[in-house]
Amino acid sequence: MDSRRAARWGISGPPLLYLVLFFAIPTLIMVLASFRLPGDFGGLAPIVEQGDDGTRTINLTLENYQRFFSDPLYAELFLKSFWYAVITTAVCLLIAYPLAMLIARSPKRHRDLLVLLVILPFWSNFLIRVYAWMIILGPQSVFTGVLNAGLGLFGFEPVRLLFTPFAVVVGLVYVHLPFMVLPLYANLEKHDPVLLDAAQDLGANSWQRFWRVTFPLSLPGVFAGAALVFIPAFGIFAIPDILGGTGGIMIGNVIKQQFLDTRDWPFGSVLSMVLTIVAVGLAGFAAWYARRARALA
Amino acid sequence: MVRAARKGARVNRRSRLLWAAAVFGYLFLYVPLAIVVAYSFNDSRLNAQWVGFTLDWYRKLFGNEEMLSAAWNSLIIGLVASAVSTLLGTMAGYAMYRFKLRLLPVLIVAPIAIPEILMGVSLLIFFVAINLTLGLVSITLAHIAFCIGFVAIVVRARLAGMDESLIEAARDLGATPMRAFRLVTLPLIMPGVIAGALMAFTLSIDDFVITYFTAGAGAMTLPLKIYTMVKISVTPEVNAVSTLLMLVTLALIVIASKLSPSALRGS
Repeated sequence: MDSRRAARWGISGPPLLYLVLFFAIPTLIMVLASFRLPGDFGGLAPIVEQGDDGTRTINLTLENYQRFFSDPLYAELFLKSFWYAVITTAVCLLIAYPLAMLIARSPKRHRDLLVLLVILPFWSNFLIRVYAWMIILGPQSVFTGVLNAGLGLFGFEPVRLLFTPFAVVVGLVYVHLPFMVLPLYANLEKHDPVLLDAAQDLGANSWQRFWRVTFPLSLPGVFAGAALVFIPAFGIFAIPDILGGTGGIMIGNVIKQQFLDTRDWPFGSVLSMVLTIVAVGLAGFAAWYARRARALA
Repeated sequence: MVRAARKGARVNRRSRLLWAAAVFGYLFLYVPLAIVVAYSFNDSRLNAQWVGFTLDWYRKLFGNEEMLSAAWNSLIIGLVASAVSTLLGTMAGYAMYRFKLRLLPVLIVAPIAIPEILMGVSLLIFFVAINLTLGLVSITLAHIAFCIGFVAIVVRARLAGMDESLIEAARDLGATPMRAFRLVTLPLIMPGVIAGALMAFTLSIDDFVITYFTAGAGAMTLPLKIYTMVKISVTPEVNAVSTLLMLVTLALIVIASKLSPSALRGS
């Protein structure tokens, strides 16, 4: 038994140590930082400060949180990011559902290839995928030109696409789409076609078969996909940074700003804490709901 | 049975609709990337009209010292980070399969589950707190931290598909646990380990967010360089480097999928 314990620690110890050191401790330091004071030149002030007269002051405060809750700007920013992520999740679901359904219903020998084709773009560099939309939505692009010419025919003013919230949502959808397709496919693939036959025999039309059989059964997949899209989309900063212009910024951009530009780390940590709590809370909710849906199904 | 159901004309119309929606989905995924590739051969500074075929942007790329050194940095970081994270990730995956652990699975999943920016900023505070100068070393340490989980999950999935009786047979024949691991388990999970390593390498050379926060002023990686270029202006040089990077990734994916078809779906 003792050698088993030695093996257990010998094998799990090194990765555990690494992740404690480079993930758990940094996270805890960030939690602590949200209660600290900003340093004179950015960063953090020392926790214990030695005064000239020998007195010691402990620099811990709730001020950063007070600032967060007293200025509605930040709550609004969270809300805005929340909506961007919600719209992104909904659009991803709309595009991903038929895709996942088609893959799940195609012959077994084609499925792996079709799934691979969904994942493949995901493996190209993240920035390249965002950059592609900079070209497509840019003022000189063919797409924008055709769209504005079309709008002109109906007497509408030409629109700007790049550096708008619209561009941000398009980028978010594009980058996160595979995360929605995969869990949906994994779920839909397991459905027993006999159920649909039974529904048909009982007189259900195709629409009813979808809404009363397929869709309810796929809810765990929907929730898993929604969580996988929503959480990263909520905290993202690079997509609004590149495609959003000034009007399309999200909470991630402000966190980046606090850490790298204004260098107010304590307040940046507060924003990060709120983001973590919201993200983890929603993930927990999605996991709980998916499990409940599965238990009911 | 599904085939039989498809005979109805109504079902046919519906499945055509499904096809149309799915084709739209695939087009949505691929057209943007195709555009990036196409314009990398376009003989014009603007990513707008097709003027003519050229390889100038690639030639420019290979004359760009900063770009080459950024690529070199990315390669070194990717190699070191994937080697270390493959070792640690394989240990973690094996440990999670073999033993009932509480903390490790949480630490494996958490970095993957939370928004990337959080790991970026917390590592930034951490590295400054321990007085580590930000640069290639801090980037590499950060990359290892987020790659371990992915490797562990791939290896764990591979182990779950393994026939346990093979190890029991080896043990019955008198092999020590260590010998059984080396001669039976390790060769069996090797495709998973290699796929995990390739995955870690790809994640590392592609990472932007965590690198952005842990790089400091001195170090430049390929994604950081692309970001800087994109922020200044859209030029076909970015298209060229993007196309090359896509080719590298594609090659790695082909190798990974040859070795372990299930590994790609493990993510």
